[in-house]
Amino acid sequence: MGRLSVTLCGIEMDNPVIPASGTFGFGYEFAELYDINILGTFSFKGTTKDPRFGNPTPRIAECTAGMINAVGLQNPGVDKVIAEELPKLKTCFHKPVMANVSGFSVPDYAYTCEKLDKEEQVGWLEVNVSCPNVHGGGMSFGTSPEAAAEVVRAVKAVTTKPVIVKLSPNVTDIVAIAKACEAAGADGISLINTLLGMRIDLRTKKPVIANKMGGFSGPAIFPVAVRMVYQVAHAVNIPVVGMGGVSTAEDVIEMMLAGATAVEVGAANLVDPYACEKMIRDLPAVMDRYGIANLKDIIGGVQ
Amino acid sequence: MKQTIFTITENTPLTATVYRMVLTGDTDGIATGQFVNILLDGLYLRRPISVCDCQGDTLTLLYKVVGKGTAQMAAMIAGQTLDLLTGLGNGYDLSKAGDKPLLIGGGVGVPPLYMLARQLREQGKAVSVILGFNTADEVFYEQEFKALGCDVTVTTADGSHGVKGFVTAALPVDYSYFYTCGPEPMLKAVYKATATSGQFSFEERMGCGFGACMGCSCKVITGYKRICKDGPVLEKEEILWDA
Repeated sequence: MGRLSVTLCGIEMDNPVIPASGTFGFGYEFAELYDINILGTFSFKGTTKDPRFGNPTPRIAECTAGMINAVGLQNPGVDKVIAEELPKLKTCFHKPVMANVSGFSVPDYAYTCEKLDKEEQVGWLEVNVSCPNVHGGGMSFGTSPEAAAEVVRAVKAVTTKPVIVKLSPNVTDIVAIAKACEAAGADGISLINTLLGMRIDLRTKKPVIANKMGGFSGPAIFPVAVRMVYQVAHAVNIPVVGMGGVSTAEDVIEMMLAGATAVEVGAANLVDPYACEKMIRDLPAVMDRYGIANLKDIIGGVQ
Repeated sequence: MKQTIFTITENTPLTATVYRMVLTGDTDGIATGQFVNILLDGLYLRRPISVCDCQGDTLTLLYKVVGKGTAQMAAMIAGQTLDLLTGLGNGYDLSKAGDKPLLIGGGVGVPPLYMLARQLREQGKAVSVILGFNTADEVFYEQEFKALGCDVTVTTADGSHGVKGFVTAALPVDYSYFYTCGPEPMLKAVYKATATSGQFSFEERMGCGFGACMGCSCKVITGYKRICKDGPVLEKEEILWDA
């Protein structure tokens, strides 16, 4: 066990760095550039019961220190993910992977999670109750403690692997939702998903994104993410995975001080495909600079 | 795909808004019809720009100033460096050209056709080129295509230079295959007006530019494709136009 190692829901990881779902595909594009086995793990492209094309384009908008996306959960559906993507993934990634799941009804979530739970490569199930992109979709589950808890109970009833619930920041009281998920049996919480945002093109006077609104991510949201990770980590007794604008090794340490056991990296991967590789490489020197012997010792260590 | 630092050796205006930037660096793996994704100071997402030409360690990009990113590029001078992702996209397939390929470019869709024209000429093909612009003062690279030995026709919408009208007003009768790049209304017109198979290069707002984010997906006959990774070049037979 190295000084970067952490344990997330009983699974040992070489380091806490996890590329976030939707920014890393199924890993192949990045495997062309570096050995992705250096990662703690990664959370693969959000998977649903049925195939989805997603939203019309444009789906992307530039922002100051960030971006908005409204991809709309484009994915080939759980059966194709199992039949085609996971066997392909096996050739370039040999660690337990995090399976990210979205749904549009409680049975949808249970169906998809039950199937992925049986896959040997899957280490954790990350249940996205927070995607803000789909009209009438995941959003409603993540904005109500009762609805989020209902999803967790349904998923836990049909799975054996750790279930991490990915929460939306677009709520009044994220702590109440996190606590409801914990009480319903969640093994971990990950947060934050993107903040609902919008840009308008001055020339056309139309929204930049075809779907009008989308999820705002990138360094601009980092302080919001640190705050919410801190609030949730101090309110629950299950591990928290922190994410939102993480771009450097220093950001990883800050998230962990706020209470994160592991840290996901999203938008940064799209700008610099080596972002996670650099963070992992930089972590030992940054830890030395701040007198940190082992990362696992600083989780929630904010004074 | 590769991430490399390039050094600018030239950055000059060709028209009021279109610039040519010449850079040197590691060009290994760059193919015709591909694009590079450029990191710029203070801007979050990279800017995708098509490859106009690539020979030895020299990369040529032609770009139109339309927003903050391209304005920043226009202000750069020789000696400055840029962080580029190179080798992005599928590029044009030259093997289908036949003996008399036709290249049709409109506005900033013209640049990626230059390297294609050069390579097709090097293969000894009789290359016809139609370059479409709005007005005479927007015209660029007419002489450069002629210098390659291509049969060049320029069209302008207002008739101030060359043939009056859109590129479809100048379609020749006899061509073996075609390659095109330009604004979507032009691509649709070319799709309808052409008699042979051909390849279309598309543009879309991108997140990553290398296939990870699904930001630029489009529907095709066989399912969906990512413009950045499975495109930007699509075959005529697979295209599904938006309603």
